[in-house]
Amino acid sequence: MLILAIDTSAVASAALVSDDALEGVVASFSTEDTRSHAEVLAPGIEDLLASAGVTGRDIDAIVTGVGPGPFTGLRSGIATARTLAFVWDKPLYGLMSLDAVALEVAESTEAAAEFLVVTDARRKEVYWARYSLADGQLPQLEDGPHVSFAADLPDLPAYGAGAGLYSDVLRADAGFSNEQPDALYLGQFALARLASGKQLLDSTPLYLRESDAQVPGPRKRAL
Amino acid sequence: MNSSQPLVLGIESSCDETGVGIVRGTTLLTNTVSSSMDEHVRFGGVIPEIASRAHLDAFVPTLRQALADADVTLADVDAIAVTSGPGLAGALMVGVCAAKALAVATGKPLYAINHLVAHVGVGLLDVNPDGGAAAGAAVGLGHAGRLPENLGALLVSGGHTEILKINSITSDVRLLGSTIDDAAGEAYDKVARILGLGYPGGPAIDKLARTGNPKAIRFPRGLSQPKYMGTAEEPGKHRYDWSFSGLKTAVARCVEQFEARGEEVPVADVAAAFQEAVVDVITSKAVLACREHGIKDVLLGGGVAANSRLRELTGQRCSSAGIRLHVPPLELCTDNGAMVAALGAQLVMAGIGPSGIRFAPDSSMPVTAVSLPA
Ligand SMILES: [Zn+2]
Repeated sequence: MLILAIDTSAVASAALVSDDALEGVVASFSTEDTRSHAEVLAPGIEDLLASAGVTGRDIDAIVTGVGPGPFTGLRSGIATARTLAFVWDKPLYGLMSLDAVALEVAESTEAAAEFLVVTDARRKEVYWARYSLADGQLPQLEDGPHVSFAADLPDLPAYGAGAGLYSDVLRADAGFSNEQPDALYLGQFALARLASGKQLLDSTPLYLRESDAQVPGPRKRAL
Repeated sequence: MNSSQPLVLGIESSCDETGVGIVRGTTLLTNTVSSSMDEHVRFGGVIPEIASRAHLDAFVPTLRQALADADVTLADVDAIAVTSGPGLAGALMVGVCAAKALAVATGKPLYAINHLVAHVGVGLLDVNPDGGAAAGAAVGLGHAGRLPENLGALLVSGGHTEILKINSITSDVRLLGSTIDDAAGEAYDKVARILGLGYPGGPAIDKLARTGNPKAIRFPRGLSQPKYMGTAEEPGKHRYDWSFSGLKTAVARCVEQFEARGEEVPVADVAAAFQEAVVDVITSKAVLACREHGIKDVLLGGGVAANSRLRELTGQRCSSAGIRLHVPPLELCTDNGAMVAALGAQLVMAGIGPSGIRFAPDSSMPVTAVSLPA
């Protein structure tokens, strides 16, 4: 099974993963920066397909990270994934973006049995979720995702760029303090879940915050 | 690619309409629009984040509907065009990302198009003047796919207010004047809120104004003092520009004065006088710009083209100045994908190259950029 995975919840990334390939990875790319998704994502995917010698016809499913993440960036990936799935007529699945970091943590040797994944939500807040880990299993989402002030999080080892950003109040793991959700791990997570017959999400974005729109109050006096 | 009668799919998402239009050359095949206007009603104006969320959910269904309506497949399409600006940044982003994905998935060339110039491009479509809402509209601006020489465009909507000179629709468009603050449609929305008339403000004020006396109150015409206007030989800085924020404040002050005196606010008169101030200053400056730039044909575009008083006064003043006025059918005046497709088709037919998929949307894209180069 060949999956094209896309995530733009923080940086922009995409990956081709397959249960036939070594370590599951056919090809992948990710950017450093969190603000130029609209420019880099489509060319990145085009190069990815070309370098792997793959066309839309060869892909079995598309997986998109559904956040949480800054809204405009998050929508870039979901809009891309939905459109590709429509044109190629392929099934489209969503995965919670923090799962990508959780899988990366689970694959490291010193993973704790219970931990947090934390990313930057801007406005002095973080997106976070709590996971548990049993031997040889995929990380299990126990709570979240939420958006909160870092100081209000449970006292557990914390992984991800959001933990690094607030290492003064979180038990940030130094090895993961710049880590962002990456489509590579998201794709692997999706493959593993599908192989074990588990459900994935649909592509509905997890905004976690309202649109900030204010219903206008009484008219302000001009005099 | 068929470059004499190209099949072009256009995508629009610069404000609150998700539009997908398909044209073949200058023939309109479909104009499919999904609007999030209803979701903005309780806020009294377009909320960018709400519009962006709605674009994301509306895009694929609108695309699917457009392809079905036009009875074409993506394989038939020669090129894709998308609004890359100007407009709301987050809203543009959704259409641009979707359009790029469409280009990647189909291998079709992609054109990044200027929204304002696309409002003019719609005038080139051969539209049946007897069709539905188009009844009575002056169309047929483009004869044999060519626009008249000395063409101007007056664009009035909730997002923009401009007067353009079109030397070549594919390569040479100039901005003669624009609003320096609120768009005219935005002023309508704000004044409708002051008068308790609901959203969108344009139709509500237009309707009520018909029962009021436009001369009952004299509201200011922004940027019309000599220091801004100058003369034809030595034009002032804002000779063809508009400003509507002072007008909105004047209306608020007027309403408060009635209330302070314990008098009932003559809502219909205020609406009529406000509308007259907007329409008077828009049309007088637009016609002045046309006269001083040798413009002989003017296309009216944007959602406020639906306003009865704007159409009436623009028509009167244009005809006294010897200028022909062209008003496309209303559904092509408001934001839509057909106008993007129409301009895209013009670019293909003119042999202009596509933009590729590396461009960024530009919320303040100037009209001098008709499309983005690769
Ligand atoms: Zn417009």
